[in-house]
Amino acid sequence: MLNTIIIIAAILILVILFAIFRVSSLVDVIKGDSSTKIPSSNGTQANLLLLFLIAGLVGGGYYSFGGLEDDFVLPVASKHGVITDTLFWWTMAITGVVFIVTHIFLFGFSWKYQHRKNQVAYFYPHNNKLEMIWTIIPAIVLAALVFTGWKAWMDITRESPEGSEVIEIMGYQYAWSVRYPGADNVLGDYDYLKIDATNQMGIDFSDRASFDDFIPREIHVPKGKPVRFNIRARDVIHSVYQPHFRLQMNAVPGMPTQFWFEPTKTTEEMRTETKNPDFQYELVCNKICGQGHFAMRYIIVVDELEDYKEWFKSQEPWLKQNADYLTEVPAKLREAASIAAGIENPAYLDAPNGLTISGSK
Amino acid sequence: MSITDIQVTDEAVHGDDHHEEHHEQSFIFKYIFSTDHKTIAKQFLITGIFWAILGGGLSVIFRLQLGFPDMNMGFLQPFLGDWISNSGKLDPEFYLAMITMHGTIMVFFVLTAGLSGTFSNYLIPLQLGARDMASGFMNLLSYWFFFLSSVIMFISMFLSTGPASGGWTIYPPLSALPQAMSGSGMGMTLWLVSMVFFIASTLLGGINYITTVINLRTEGMTFRRMPLTIWAFFITAVLGLLSFPVLVACVLLLVFDRSFGTSFYLSEIFIGGEALPNLGGSPILFQHLFWFLGHPEVYIVILPALGITSEVISTNSRKPIFGYTAMIGSILAIAFLSFIVWAHHMFITGMNPFLGSIFMFLTLIIAIPSAVKAFNYITTLWKGNLVFTPAMLFSIGLVSFFISGGLTGLFLGNAAIDINLHDTYFVVAHFHLVMGSAAFFGLLAGVYHWFPKMFGRMMDEKLGYIHFWLTFVGVYLVFFPLHYIGIAGFPRRYYSFTNFDAFSSFVDLNSFVTVAAIITFGAQFIFLFNFFYNIFKGKKAPLNPWNSNTLEWTTPRVPEHGNWPGEIPKVYRWPYDYSKPGAEDDFIPQTVPYHKTKESNTDFENEESKKE
Repeated sequence: MLNTIIIIAAILILVILFAIFRVSSLVDVIKGDSSTKIPSSNGTQANLLLLFLIAGLVGGGYYSFGGLEDDFVLPVASKHGVITDTLFWWTMAITGVVFIVTHIFLFGFSWKYQHRKNQVAYFYPHNNKLEMIWTIIPAIVLAALVFTGWKAWMDITRESPEGSEVIEIMGYQYAWSVRYPGADNVLGDYDYLKIDATNQMGIDFSDRASFDDFIPREIHVPKGKPVRFNIRARDVIHSVYQPHFRLQMNAVPGMPTQFWFEPTKTTEEMRTETKNPDFQYELVCNKICGQGHFAMRYIIVVDELEDYKEWFKSQEPWLKQNADYLTEVPAKLREAASIAAGIENPAYLDAPNGLTISGSK
Repeated sequence: MSITDIQVTDEAVHGDDHHEEHHEQSFIFKYIFSTDHKTIAKQFLITGIFWAILGGGLSVIFRLQLGFPDMNMGFLQPFLGDWISNSGKLDPEFYLAMITMHGTIMVFFVLTAGLSGTFSNYLIPLQLGARDMASGFMNLLSYWFFFLSSVIMFISMFLSTGPASGGWTIYPPLSALPQAMSGSGMGMTLWLVSMVFFIASTLLGGINYITTVINLRTEGMTFRRMPLTIWAFFITAVLGLLSFPVLVACVLLLVFDRSFGTSFYLSEIFIGGEALPNLGGSPILFQHLFWFLGHPEVYIVILPALGITSEVISTNSRKPIFGYTAMIGSILAIAFLSFIVWAHHMFITGMNPFLGSIFMFLTLIIAIPSAVKAFNYITTLWKGNLVFTPAMLFSIGLVSFFISGGLTGLFLGNAAIDINLHDTYFVVAHFHLVMGSAAFFGLLAGVYHWFPKMFGRMMDEKLGYIHFWLTFVGVYLVFFPLHYIGIAGFPRRYYSFTNFDAFSSFVDLNSFVTVAAIITFGAQFIFLFNFFYNIFKGKKAPLNPWNSNTLEWTTPRVPEHGNWPGEIPKVYRWPYDYSKPGAEDDFIPQTVPYHKTKESNTDFENEESKKE
């Protein structure tokens, strides 16, 4: 019933609008002002353009300088983020000035030079000097932007410094897996053919370095120390994005990528700064990857260095948690593996030699 | 010089001078399988309008999801069926399908076919003084390939597994593996097939445009006397001809990967509980190939719009376009540079950072010719005598969008800044302004300006104004706030933001944007009414309603096949002699010889007049 009424009302409104339109166009015909080709509301349009300029500048200015309920500038929490933010705001200042000035000219001229009966347009087909000026000035400004941007870019993307914490991040539909190198500080190999329901990351246990690797539930990184993310994906492209660190790098299947940065604020410090006691650094997927794309959340905790070291030590190697996988370790390395992973009573010792893999594959 | 010339310029040519055999064509060959460029242009336009409504409608639905995530969308069930759950929630995968279709439709079907297809077809022969395109038959094929491609894409939207849904950029492996999302099954197959036909259509059209411009210019229409519209269409066609074939290659390799087990783009993948045998491919290779087309495509979309704007602004400013040569130069520079900037879409894909710095450098160079164009438009307005027809307003709107969106390009083209902005709403705001809305305004400006020639009738001015203001203000209200959300790091292509604390803000702003989007979309129906109603009922148009200089206004009110009943007019001057000092009127059409305008000639032109 209600729907029918709404539909009838909508139709009536359309009919009324159409009637108004017909009447007004008939009035125009009777007035017979079609001899002049200047629209009757030419001046109104010019005024509206000017009004738009003023309203736009006031409105845009209001929203840009604190008029919005939420702050659109996220606090920055990495060393390189300070540099990219500086570049961002410099670019904003330059483009902001150009934006305002060109729009004042665009709408200002539109208003000022609106058609008038005895006004004659100024025949002004070209001026090479002017053209040169507005080719060269943007070129110089752009050169400055390119140069500063290029320096920052080369600095951010250079090899990670010696002694960085190395952490492997793997994206898959629809979550992240993170692996730490463990006590030996070396990440073991991986092989996508070794992936199964338990060994999600495809850790290759024929590599000694993988014995003590651990896979925690959240990422911990130390403040004030370079951290290098080794990034990969196992199904489709994902993107490791963390807006507070100004960090982003795609995770590509078959092509490992990396990004290094230096966190400058611990999670606690950010909680104080943002006045949000529940603040967490969140890892975000930022490349369309399927229907769960919008839910690939992973927590990053930034600790003070000491806390980080403690946390690091307290983590159990993955192999210890999944001792079955000792069977994937080549026989002569099993003892070393048990020691590295801290497994006290390795199951394989009770089993006959050459035990076949069970429970996996 | 000769009698016929004078006859033509005096518009004294009558139907009985008609040198062609005139015969009535059947309805089918006149309106459906027509080889007349004017009819084909209208076919492109109407098909483009259909797609624009569909593409815009999709955006309204997914904006509802973004603006009002808790909304009960049960009322959409009659249209979307199972894509709306019984509790009234939009299916997250269908959300992705909608953004994918929105992008594909808008970029290819509306702003490439709808814009270039309409106005290149319509204006190239008319403004050059040609009877038709170089090959009418190829032109016909061009439309019908586009139609076929449209039908296939349209059908794909009704599959039970949904249409392609990996984003309009269809990056593999997502688009290559049906296990990854259901849209990558049959939907993606149809997308690829449709796109191959679309490219065939674009190439057929493009070859025709180029040939026509080079070979069929009327006497006196030198390249230096061509309207900027034609320059823009010409260079656009060249861009398309050079870049679209690369997309075919790109798409073909994807077809192989999908159907024949090759590994061009696939390597080391574990999905759906099993490891795939593919090794050695590179998803990044796809992105290189895709953006090798994808970036020129942006200019394929915007250059025709800029060409139309040049013409409209000059005519309605009653002033020559400022810096005609510089405008051509900047079109050429943009076209050239557009081929060597593609990897700025890929700064953070893991591509070698050194390559990134090269592309950053090249990208920022392309801003220079773009800036020159914007400055020239503004200078054209300066000291003009501006007539604000709806077409003029849309052109001014275009310049505004081009500046706003162009400036944000300086952020994204800078690799260091792009790290944080890549794939956020900042990008969405950027390209919707600079290529989406700007090109769309170019299309609308073109329709308002050339409607009298297309249909012999006038559109209603007042409705045009209402349409303009609602759309212009609406577009800014939609896309300007998205910059803030983007700076705050909101990722694009998200079904909802509720999973993240970092993106829990700006709920009101998102609702506001959605409301603005609905109003903007609604305003387009005013245009649709104005357009279709006045095709049949509009006031009859005068021969030259805007007092314009170009050749199309020397044709009869409704030009027949062949365009000019008598001889083709001859051209004596450039198209921008508006308000020339000494001249009687504020415009001198291109068909007026110099020896008839002694009072306004320069010395050089007096010399020229002796040769006429």
